[in-house]
Amino acid sequence: MARAAQLGGLTVAVAWHRARLAERRPQTATARSLVFTVPGWPGHLPGQHVDVRLTADDGYQAVRSYSLAAPADGDRIELGVQAVADGEVSPYLADDLPVGAEVEMRGPLGNWFVWRPEQTEPALLVAGGSGVVPLAAMIRAHRTAGSATAFHLLYSVRTPEDVCYRDVLDAHDPHLDARLLYTRQAPPGAARAPGRITQADLEKPAARLEPDSAVYVCGPTGFVERAADLLVDLGRDPATIRTERFG
Amino acid sequence: MADDIARLDDMAHLDGNALAGPLSEILSVEATTAWWRCPQCARSGTLAQLHVYGPEPGLTARCPGCAHVALRLVREGEYLWLSMGGSSGAFRFRTA
Repeated sequence: MARAAQLGGLTVAVAWHRARLAERRPQTATARSLVFTVPGWPGHLPGQHVDVRLTADDGYQAVRSYSLAAPADGDRIELGVQAVADGEVSPYLADDLPVGAEVEMRGPLGNWFVWRPEQTEPALLVAGGSGVVPLAAMIRAHRTAGSATAFHLLYSVRTPEDVCYRDVLDAHDPHLDARLLYTRQAPPGAARAPGRITQADLEKPAARLEPDSAVYVCGPTGFVERAADLLVDLGRDPATIRTERFG
Repeated sequence: MADDIARLDDMAHLDGNALAGPLSEILSVEATTAWWRCPQCARSGTLAQLHVYGPEPGLTARCPGCAHVALRLVREGEYLWLSMGGSSGAFRFRTA
């Protein structure tokens, strides 16, 4: 995975790969799927992330982490990028980096927040906003693997316009039970009033888990803390709850 | 200490997953699944579960239970400084 380079007589690992933007697809008004070509990409597990490094003309560098949104397609990988207002890196990646341009990338990173096809217990995925990105990778990998393990997804978003990966959620999949939780504005006729995730939201899918089922929670820090606390209140073993926060 | 935790909780924190990249520069084994036990409150878990406070270039990873400092990572140009625990000194790794 890492290339070796000579530096002052020492052999050091060079973990940064050149990644070329191959395709940009809008998911919402501010979220994008970015497909990069990374020669020699070794493959990855669903839930893993990469670090992207941008270097300005004056040498200033910025590094940010982005989750992989799908299994690798050869040396093509898909990232989910949400443009953060006033962000230093994400608005540039989301809308300005030209297709064909290169960035530096290292990864795949992180072996903790991952789902493996060998896992046979039902799993619960809990997403807040763009925290859905690594969970979308898990759903796609689960499908690709032909796993008959039940997946339960709770996906909290502000409004119907903020939903990413509609194609993934709407595809016929007898093993995925997906529920959207709207926090600001629900579609007309929705049974659930808009609001933050509650114990009642988590109760039903949690009841379908086994004691050692994995629960994956990803989102903004406040969302993750709240969801994890509610799950513990429901009796889930904290050791089975895997979390990833993005600030 | 309770006040410290309350104050820290008011700050947005990340978690140990975010250290996977920086630690990959200096450790040859994937670090975020490393098991850790807090010497202060005896809570245990993985490095990924630690709470991580910035801002960069200095990151502090703390016990999610009692806020005891587990490690600090500071970027200084071509160097990455790693300090483990509160009073164990720091290791400086050349990374470029």
